[in-house]
Amino acid sequence: MVWIAIRMLTGDATKFYGLLFGIAFSTLLITQQLTIFVNLIERGASGVYNVPSADVWVMDPVSRTTDVHLPMPSTALDRVRSVAGVEWAVPHLRAAASVRTKEGDLEGVSVIGVDDATLIGLPRRMALGAADVLERPDAVVIDDVGTVRFFPVGYNPVGERLELNDQRAVIMGVADAIPSFTSQVTLYTRYSRALNFVPGTRNRLSFVLVGAAPGVEAKALATRITKDTGLRARTRDEFARDGVDFIIENTGIPLNFGITVLLGFVVGVAIVGLTFSLFIRDNIKQFGALKAIGVNNAKIRRMVAAQAGMVGLIGYGLGVLGTVGFIWGFSGNPTFKGFYIPWQVPLISLVAVTLILALTGWIALRRVLKTEPAAVFR
Amino acid sequence: MSSAAEAEAKAVAAVAAISTRGVARDFTAGQQTIRVLHGIDLDVRAGELTYLVGESGSGKTTLISIMCGILWPTEGEVRLFGTDIYHLSDSDLVDFRLRNVGFIFQQYNLIPAIDAASNAAVPLIAQGMDRMEARDRAIELLAALNIADQADKLPNQLSGGQQQRVAIARALVHQPRLIVCDEPTAALDARSGRRVMDLLREVALADDRSVIIVTHDNRIFDLADRILVLEDGRITHDGRDMPKDH
Ligand SMILES: Nc1ncnc2c1ncn2[C@@H]1O[C@H](COP(=O)(O)OP(=O)(O)OP(=O)(O)O)[C@@H](O)[C@H]1O
Ligand SMILES: [Mg+2]
Repeated sequence: MVWIAIRMLTGDATKFYGLLFGIAFSTLLITQQLTIFVNLIERGASGVYNVPSADVWVMDPVSRTTDVHLPMPSTALDRVRSVAGVEWAVPHLRAAASVRTKEGDLEGVSVIGVDDATLIGLPRRMALGAADVLERPDAVVIDDVGTVRFFPVGYNPVGERLELNDQRAVIMGVADAIPSFTSQVTLYTRYSRALNFVPGTRNRLSFVLVGAAPGVEAKALATRITKDTGLRARTRDEFARDGVDFIIENTGIPLNFGITVLLGFVVGVAIVGLTFSLFIRDNIKQFGALKAIGVNNAKIRRMVAAQAGMVGLIGYGLGVLGTVGFIWGFSGNPTFKGFYIPWQVPLISLVAVTLILALTGWIALRRVLKTEPAAVFR
Repeated sequence: MSSAAEAEAKAVAAVAAISTRGVARDFTAGQQTIRVLHGIDLDVRAGELTYLVGESGSGKTTLISIMCGILWPTEGEVRLFGTDIYHLSDSDLVDFRLRNVGFIFQQYNLIPAIDAASNAAVPLIAQGMDRMEARDRAIELLAALNIADQADKLPNQLSGGQQQRVAIARALVHQPRLIVCDEPTAALDARSGRRVMDLLREVALADDRSVIIVTHDNRIFDLADRILVLEDGRITHDGRDMPKDH
């Protein structure tokens, strides 16, 4: 009977494709939007992810994220270095600055000052040039997304001069970095140079990046640093989470994406529900005849379930494929750099699709079950 | 066995096919409850082709629906081959129909998306038989009904008469003991109607089956073994031929 059910469904091409479209559309909308959402809010942690070698981030007690922070006096560095279990500690400066482009436009940029000696603070990989280009005076390294914002795609910016806060800077390399949440251009330079580029008050040290001694656990080390220095210390994972939470709490992004995802669900219910009930209405005579002949309710249930299952499987597959295609298609676009589909996302849309089909299938089934077999003679 | 004893044995078996006692049925429309069948007592013998005729609204469809187990009577009892069918559980009754009753509808009610042979095989598939085996059995019946060459066609590729023959095959494929037909020829022209009825009589009446046909079609009255006339929910005539005043 399942074979008959499937043939009934596929035999009505218009409604079959309508159902597939409904499910595929819902899946695509939900999967794609959730994927963008997750990747976008994870950008709140990009500043942390770009410095994977730091086990612990130390900051002023009021600082919250890599971008929302209060600088500390430079003496903080020595205090942190003296804490037991600290293998190394380096200064890290993050500040806003402006760049005057060749066209004369003013662009806001982030300046990151990395440790002069070890260059810790620079992303692990360079897209162009080696990390040691920062040894040169005036040298800055630009992040790859920043390159496309300042220069034409495919342009090699090495050697280009910039006016950074009215001071001369020369791009000497391109870093392979995860873009920031705002996809603002980021310029890396040595800590000592950064102090020149970004004038300010006495306190300029944004963070102290700490490596834990072998065998020392990051969490325990962070607790000890706080106890000994009175500064706020967060492990890499905690601080990444802080960045994500900050975006969730302070932007309308979760609400916006939430609404779109809900819309995907509602549209799915509407399209699938409508098409499914049209399909059942058109086939109600046949279902009635089957019931009169002696097909019991359990078999009828299995038939409708098979129809829903078939639509669900194919439609869901198409929707997920569509999302993969979307991510793949835009993988060259810097805005979508590093985007991936977390495994939870297809699972969530699978649950949504199952809900849509369970709901609409149940309504359709009720109609079939309620049909009197005696109605076939009328 | 003597021929007298043989006749006796046949009669005993025959009595058991269908019997209704005091069957009544009410329908409620809005505030009003209308009784459309009044205390029907009826015995249908095996091996007989019985016609149920009467004016529109006289209760024919209601009566055969009750007789074949798809409509509950308000009062009375229906025995099919000795089983008191309305005292079975719902699922046992469905199962009983699947094994014992074949249906032929005015509108054929074939499944448009599957071919003639598969349509005719539906009761066997519903019984759980392998689909290919069921199809083979159905094709044998289609051959007996002279449409074996249409076995692979979809219902909408067939004429009305051919579709009704597929429906007859579907009603017979699982060898039920009772066949019920409501206006099987109403949608057919005179010639196809006659042919369909000839075939139905020829194929269906084998093996001591009972066939009950509701019809208006006076062109085919001569085929009946027995004609019952229903008037306002009561049987007013029971005989081999139509009453003179009809
Ligand atoms: N489900 C129902 N609800 C209410 N009234 C019904 C229902 N089914 C039948 N009736 C009424 O019962 C009476 C008998 O109906 P039935 O269908 O048995 O007549 P019929 O002899 O088959 O008529 P026709 O020749 O037009 O098919 C009619 O008055 C009809 O309106
Ligand atoms: Mg009728």
